[in-house]
Amino acid sequence: MSLPFFWVLALIAVGASIMVVASQNPVRSALYLVTSFLCVAAFYITLSAQFIAAVQVIVYAGAIMVLFLFVIMLLNLSAPQALRETGRLHPIATIGLAVVFISTLVFSQSLAPLSRSLTTSATAESLGTVEAVGLTLFSSKLPWLFPFEITSILLLVAVIGAIIMAKRRVD
Amino acid sequence: MHATHTLFRVVFPEHLAGISLPALLPYIAIAAIIGFILGIVPGLIWIERVVIALMQDRSGPNRVGPRGLLQTMADGLKLFFKEDIRPRSVDVRIYYLAPVIAMIPALAGGAVLPVTDVLFRRTAAPHDLYTVPFTVGNVNIGLLYILAMSSLQVYGVVLAGWSSNNKYSLLGGLRASAQLISYELAMGLSLLCVVVLAGSLKLDDIVRAQSGMPFGIESLPTVLKGSIFSWYWLGSLGVPVVLYTIAMIAETNRAPFDLPEAESELVAGFHTEYTSMKFAMFFMGEYASMLTVCGLNAAMFWGGSLPPFNIPILNTIPGFVWFLGKIMMGIFFYVWLRATLPRLRYDSLMNLGWKRLLPIGLIWLFLLAGLSLVRETVEPDAQPSTPIARTAPMSLNAAPVPVGAPLADRLNR
Repeated sequence: MSLPFFWVLALIAVGASIMVVASQNPVRSALYLVTSFLCVAAFYITLSAQFIAAVQVIVYAGAIMVLFLFVIMLLNLSAPQALRETGRLHPIATIGLAVVFISTLVFSQSLAPLSRSLTTSATAESLGTVEAVGLTLFSSKLPWLFPFEITSILLLVAVIGAIIMAKRRVD
Repeated sequence: MHATHTLFRVVFPEHLAGISLPALLPYIAIAAIIGFILGIVPGLIWIERVVIALMQDRSGPNRVGPRGLLQTMADGLKLFFKEDIRPRSVDVRIYYLAPVIAMIPALAGGAVLPVTDVLFRRTAAPHDLYTVPFTVGNVNIGLLYILAMSSLQVYGVVLAGWSSNNKYSLLGGLRASAQLISYELAMGLSLLCVVVLAGSLKLDDIVRAQSGMPFGIESLPTVLKGSIFSWYWLGSLGVPVVLYTIAMIAETNRAPFDLPEAESELVAGFHTEYTSMKFAMFFMGEYASMLTVCGLNAAMFWGGSLPPFNIPILNTIPGFVWFLGKIMMGIFFYVWLRATLPRLRYDSLMNLGWKRLLPIGLIWLFLLAGLSLVRETVEPDAQPSTPIARTAPMSLNAAPVPVGAPLADRLNR
């Protein structure tokens, strides 16, 4: 049941991701990115990570990409040729980096193989729920509470900084 | 589930001709919910026109059919046969896709609404009754799912505005995206207030959590058990329901928050360039999302499928009647506001969202979280809102983690 589901989703996700960079039109690129995000959310669902799936849709597909679209429309990048690659070295650099990336993946798997996950489909169901994530994050026994709070303070600082910089430009 | 509730209700057998009925329920729910939403839209438009005519002291639709009932059908037929005009310089693919994108999240959001409880008699033990919620998926993340769908709704409007290649449409789309992002926060905060009280994101559990005594005071008369006073509009001390109602109207782009289609400034906003059935799909999507957010309002704040008082006569009426009645009250409220209030100016819309609703929601969330923490430390045995463990053989979500364990218990873990 879930294997054909995976392959269909994987094809859509990879195709959409390629189209993000292949598309000439910035709005269409953004839409392909949304498609790819939605596919990732569906992957999370098949992995029983319900909470992360919902957050993926709410935060990435629903909020961040809407802001992206907003900015693209405000800037109105109507001239596609402005987005075209002009540097002659870019294709070579792209191929080189791709080779490095893929060989890293391959060799890391053969040199230091990752241990197989202990999660089975029976235990996965209780790991991905909102309660499980919340209890793990906020438990006093586990070490995740402090990093979580620090991260949220970091985000708050970024928000306040953005507001201050925007205000300064107006004045 | 109290005895009085089960006394007069229809009980279904678990197996009929070898088919497990509870397992069939989600599929029936898919057909029923989509059919209902699409089928009721003409009725809603008729209600809206008649009510607005009443409020403005004029006749309203009265030509086609008795009391103008068939007017919407005639309009729909007209839209169906109209010429499909496409302006020359639109972005064709996105232009045609936008009405579809506007409609899908609105329909999909209805999937997790707890329409009613269906009572089943266990085949193995005939005296054993159990309930299964009538939803497409009674998922653990029900509320997050609805929020996700409502956050995807903006795409239809924004893409329609952009692909039309028209200044007014683009302005409408931009306004819509800014407005929806702003009011989503207030909406989420007001819903979080209820989540803090109910201890679950499952809509079915939230409805169940409202079936106790008002504020958990057990000495009140039983008439009040699960009554209008124990629902979360009062249980969350009144403010979140106001926040949510304002936010839901802004989320669905309805008057007085209909700036994306303000006809006095933007022709018709994001759907200026749309004709015939493409326009009708935007229309349908708008009404479908109205139904969904009103359904969420009913489930979160107004007791879902619970009757307003614990009286046998009211308990015999099936739950979906109450649920639909509450949705219709929400729709009436929409129409009432449209007839009453003038459209907001754009800057006051943003002020209301960011400077009023958001801080109030944050303060109220802290207040309620503090209150429930105090309540659970003072009386650790009291479980004001512990949902009953479910035994339904449903898919996806048989969560082994106990739902709504008391907070003190969780902290000790």
